[in-house]
Amino acid sequence: MSSAKRKLPGVERRIQLMATCLCDAFYDDVAAATVEVLEHVGCKVDFPAGQTCCGQPAFNSGDWASSRKVMRHAVRTFAGDDPVVIPSGSCAAMMYHGALIEFEHEPDLPAVEQLGQRTWELCDFIVNGLGVHTWGGRFDAKIAFHRSCHLRGSHSTDAVYQLLRSIEGVQLVEFDEFEQCCGFGGTFSVAFPHISKSMGELKLNHLLAAKPDVIVSADMSCLMHLGGLAEKGGRPIKSMHIAQVLRDALQNKGRAAS
Amino acid sequence: MKHQPIDQYAEKIAEEKRAAVYGGSKAGYDSRKKALFNHYTAPDDLRRLAGALKQHAIENLDTYLPQVEAKLTANGARVHWAEDAHEACQQVLEIMRARNATKIVKAKTMVSEEIGLAPFLEKEGIECLETDLGEFIIQIAHDHPSHIVKPIIHKNRREIARLFEENGLGEYNDDPETITRRARQYLRHKYLAADVGITGANFVSAESGRLVVVTNEGNSRFSLAATKVHIALVGIEKIVPKDRDLAILLNLLARSGTGQQLTVYTEFISGPRRAGQPDGPEEMHVIFVDNNRTQVLASDCREILRCIRCGACLNVCPVYRQASGHAYRSVYPGPVGAVLSPLLAGSRFPELADLPKASSLCGACNEVCPVNIPIPDLLLRLRNRGKREKSAVAAAATPPLGSWALAATLPAAWKAGLAMGGLINAVPKPLLPQAARSWIEARGLPLWRGGQFRKWLKRRKK
Repeated sequence: MSSAKRKLPGVERRIQLMATCLCDAFYDDVAAATVEVLEHVGCKVDFPAGQTCCGQPAFNSGDWASSRKVMRHAVRTFAGDDPVVIPSGSCAAMMYHGALIEFEHEPDLPAVEQLGQRTWELCDFIVNGLGVHTWGGRFDAKIAFHRSCHLRGSHSTDAVYQLLRSIEGVQLVEFDEFEQCCGFGGTFSVAFPHISKSMGELKLNHLLAAKPDVIVSADMSCLMHLGGLAEKGGRPIKSMHIAQVLRDALQNKGRAAS
Repeated sequence: MKHQPIDQYAEKIAEEKRAAVYGGSKAGYDSRKKALFNHYTAPDDLRRLAGALKQHAIENLDTYLPQVEAKLTANGARVHWAEDAHEACQQVLEIMRARNATKIVKAKTMVSEEIGLAPFLEKEGIECLETDLGEFIIQIAHDHPSHIVKPIIHKNRREIARLFEENGLGEYNDDPETITRRARQYLRHKYLAADVGITGANFVSAESGRLVVVTNEGNSRFSLAATKVHIALVGIEKIVPKDRDLAILLNLLARSGTGQQLTVYTEFISGPRRAGQPDGPEEMHVIFVDNNRTQVLASDCREILRCIRCGACLNVCPVYRQASGHAYRSVYPGPVGAVLSPLLAGSRFPELADLPKASSLCGACNEVCPVNIPIPDLLLRLRNRGKREKSAVAAAATPPLGSWALAATLPAAWKAGLAMGGLINAVPKPLLPQAARSWIEARGLPLWRGGQFRKWLKRRKK
């Protein structure tokens, strides 16, 4: 799975933000950080208020009829030609990859494709869409970057590393079984509670062994699962979305974080 | 049902077995990575090339199957076509009867497991002895393989040593070399006494009619050295257009499966013994098995027929590692099995429609697949089919999403939901829906902050 490389012609500045249903319901600060980060690189951020979800929960459960309804709503909500930027590798992949599968035999496939082609994961957009390769600022922390699975084969992983490495004070720590999933998987986590938990505990063990100050990901869903397991298991972790790190790096500019 | 069958299996599995499967598959993953990335600068390009090659082969089977039949016949082999498992077993039996044969030595072949050959022949009074060490251990244990390449990945050596003792193969000794030597001694005599050798084939070249069989123990060669008849059981998807295609496929198969550059023995079999040749079987039969493969070919999951049975997707799969191969209730476990087994089941698809759900869709399987099969996409297609065919086992423990989808098309309802959702922070746990309860059994729930971001945006604009 990969997002097609589509460097924007000239400097594109007007974007539509898809905040994701998770940020809408739980993680408002991640969505706010995304707005501030995009504004920092000169974007004018529109937030279509009718937005809901990308339809992935139903898609992954096999209920494509329901999922298509949600996707059609997204197509209407995010009409136009402006790029759609999402602070989630998972939702972005649903838009540019998953949706094309469930609409394979549908008459409105072209509209879904058109939306998919201008949909970006946040870091992929900053680096490959806008051509911003260094971030700057300061963020004093040992960071363990959990690559969410929907970043596999996309340009987002490299983009995240490029941005993080350009921030003063960031120290990336490595950990065992980097390539393994955290065990969330949407409805997988409730239909396969035992395996999901086992996978998550294993991921936590590896992450914590590297003694990071903060666990960072491009997807809140993984962090919600890992954070929830850690909390229940009595070993709370500090986790942040990449957008929050980027924003805080700008604010911490020139001084060490506490 | 509180959770899916594979999850239930994983929960009950003995820790010793889980640890053996986990350790064995992780080791397989690590050695693959070394072998592939140390030897090639762009292994992913090779995977894509091999995938395109196999895709071409399966999409042009109508050309290559007649071609391979003509070549094999010209080479002196007899070609049989088996539409289903029973027909394939029956054909083996007929070949045996025609020669009054009663004893078979058999190399490892997944398709023989698939068609249930050994139990079928046993009922007919024919001895069918497994010669691959792992399969031999499975046979004397009356067990089933739990991995495509390492059938005994779920067993440790202490278990095997006990098994050998019980079966009169020497006193208890769990030294792997001793175990191997004892099995070898036992099998040597059997090779000499057998009438028929059965093998599979990893590849068959349409250009030359060559069968390629890879092993690490040489047991396939032994099986064909003393026997008079060679029967090869081959799935129709094993055909490749040209001999030269084998270069890339053999290199990828060994590296992906066992982390070797090449398997120890790579046999190219061009036909039965020819005049003037000192040994080899007098007769060679190739049974091409369909067993619903043409149905798969006609479906939107045909990419799965590219599979070269390396087992790399099993090794990397976090679900396989936790649940073991036996959890999949079928001959092919792991990610490839989760796609292939329900498809090969034909009209019994709904019974196995839960297998495609046993995945977090993490995509690690696709990332390691030597023929680049988009396994997560195929799992998704089969989940949709399971839903359409109303499979009960697939639906188990999956929250219904119809009303959620409806709300997600109505912005006013969605916003109301965001505001109302705050209740989840206060509602007593027993009143939460099943999915939420399942979630909070193991995890803390984040605080509901529905609508806060939208408020923040509004405040900012003022």
